[in-house]
Amino acid sequence: MSLLAAKRLEKHYGNHVVLENLNFSVEPGEFVTLVGASGCGKTTFLKMLLGTEAISKGSLTLDDQPIPNEPGPDRGVVFQKYSVFPHLTVLGNVMMADELHSSKLLGKSFGAAKRRAIEKAHARIDEVGLDQALDKYPHELSGGMQQRLAIAQALMMRPRMLLLDEPFGALDPGIRQDMHVLINRLWQEQQLTIFMITHDLKEAFELGTRLWVFDKTRHDPQAPEAYGATITYDLPISRDRPSEALKEKLQQGGLQTHTQETLL
Amino acid sequence: MKRLINLTPSRGGRWLLGLLPFLLLAMLYISLSNARLAENPNDRLLPTPANMASTFYHLATAENARTGQIVLWADTFASLERIVIGVGISAFIGLIIGIVSGGLPILRAKLSPLVTVASLIPPMAILPILFIAFGTGEAAKIALIVIGVTPFLIRDLQGHALRLPDEQLIKAQTLGASSWQVLLRVLLPQLTPRLLNATRLALGTAWLFLIAAEAIAAQEGLGYRIFLVRRYLSMDIILPYVAWITLLAFLLDQLLAWVSRLAFPWYHSGEGDNA
Repeated sequence: MSLLAAKRLEKHYGNHVVLENLNFSVEPGEFVTLVGASGCGKTTFLKMLLGTEAISKGSLTLDDQPIPNEPGPDRGVVFQKYSVFPHLTVLGNVMMADELHSSKLLGKSFGAAKRRAIEKAHARIDEVGLDQALDKYPHELSGGMQQRLAIAQALMMRPRMLLLDEPFGALDPGIRQDMHVLINRLWQEQQLTIFMITHDLKEAFELGTRLWVFDKTRHDPQAPEAYGATITYDLPISRDRPSEALKEKLQQGGLQTHTQETLL
Repeated sequence: MKRLINLTPSRGGRWLLGLLPFLLLAMLYISLSNARLAENPNDRLLPTPANMASTFYHLATAENARTGQIVLWADTFASLERIVIGVGISAFIGLIIGIVSGGLPILRAKLSPLVTVASLIPPMAILPILFIAFGTGEAAKIALIVIGVTPFLIRDLQGHALRLPDEQLIKAQTLGASSWQVLLRVLLPQLTPRLLNATRLALGTAWLFLIAAEAIAAQEGLGYRIFLVRRYLSMDIILPYVAWITLLAFLLDQLLAWVSRLAFPWYHSGEGDNA
């Protein structure tokens, strides 16, 4: 049984087709990296997984059930920014999920429940290496630390899949490398299923076990909105194969796509 | 020589420069006052500072023979009570409606036009209605402040609620939050410091409505006193009262700023030292 499956999935706004003819199935534990030119619908796709964008046609199923049409605890998310709550400390941010769960009315726990939440949050915070910053507010953290916090926060719910929308896009190269190590370790330790949008092809090859390239296969110059993007390449990436070889393979295929020009 | 735009005063210099306009105004006043009093020692329009100080001291210490109250404090407490209750009610209504209409699109569609229209009604124009409806007691004055200030607070907070990044609402939902929990744990704490900020801005308006209402019908209050002694051209009372009101307004403003900084340190991170 696959975790996530799509059949002839399509998304359009009025006559503007954004995505068309998406067919795939993803198994638990895969690390899918999504690349493609700006505006090709990667983020729209991620929003469909999140449930904030409705499906226009076809089917998209999570555990064989149609994907819910609003965000829920089964799908964790980390955005490029604004992912953490500015009014809560590191500890407060990570505890939030537990508190919302244990106290339906106030969304805040007290006494023994609070101590349990703090303990659980501590473990998560240690994992991402923020144990020195428990009582700091997000504005006191660097960009990399904020993203670490966002990841820790998202993993509190043990989601079925983790959605990352260019999570490291705004970070310095050195910090980005650290984040790659972190996300890779978390993925292996906790057997996560991850979907990650990125602009950095190197990152996509390095982290993913499977690479999706979003691009338009048909293009009508008279009506640029008539055709949408789809997954033009669905490549398994094996960890031991160097990414250079894959890139070459892509190029040998004689691909003259827009994506290639911008990415490769 | 540096460019003018790059010249910044030192710390002490900034104080001095800030004080300078006040000193100039004071000197101007004293010289004008002296000139008038030299011509006519009984002139009432520009009393000497000493005269004002002694009158103010008298108002602040001597009991009124008839009521047994000290005039200044009775006036001050009456006015502060009205403005604090009025602004407090406004802030409470503003926060609730702002959060609900900012966070729930269904309610926003219903409430927004009403709030927009209500905010355009000139509150002073309906003061007679308030006097008719509530009588000339406290209720009418407080109602005027509430009616004058609340629509502004609602619109401001609703705007802030709408400007909160969608990412945060989505994130909260992926952490399992219900609608109620999103309002309570995401919108409420993030809007409260903005409410304090908006309330500071609204205080000026609140004072305006307070003094206007007191001028028309009251038995005590700072605005009432000023308009009462106007009949006798008692500038020696009016000027210190205006200064006193200004001081009170300043202190209220600073109190709100201080509470906000103390309770919401994360909110004030971005604005440096000029809070």
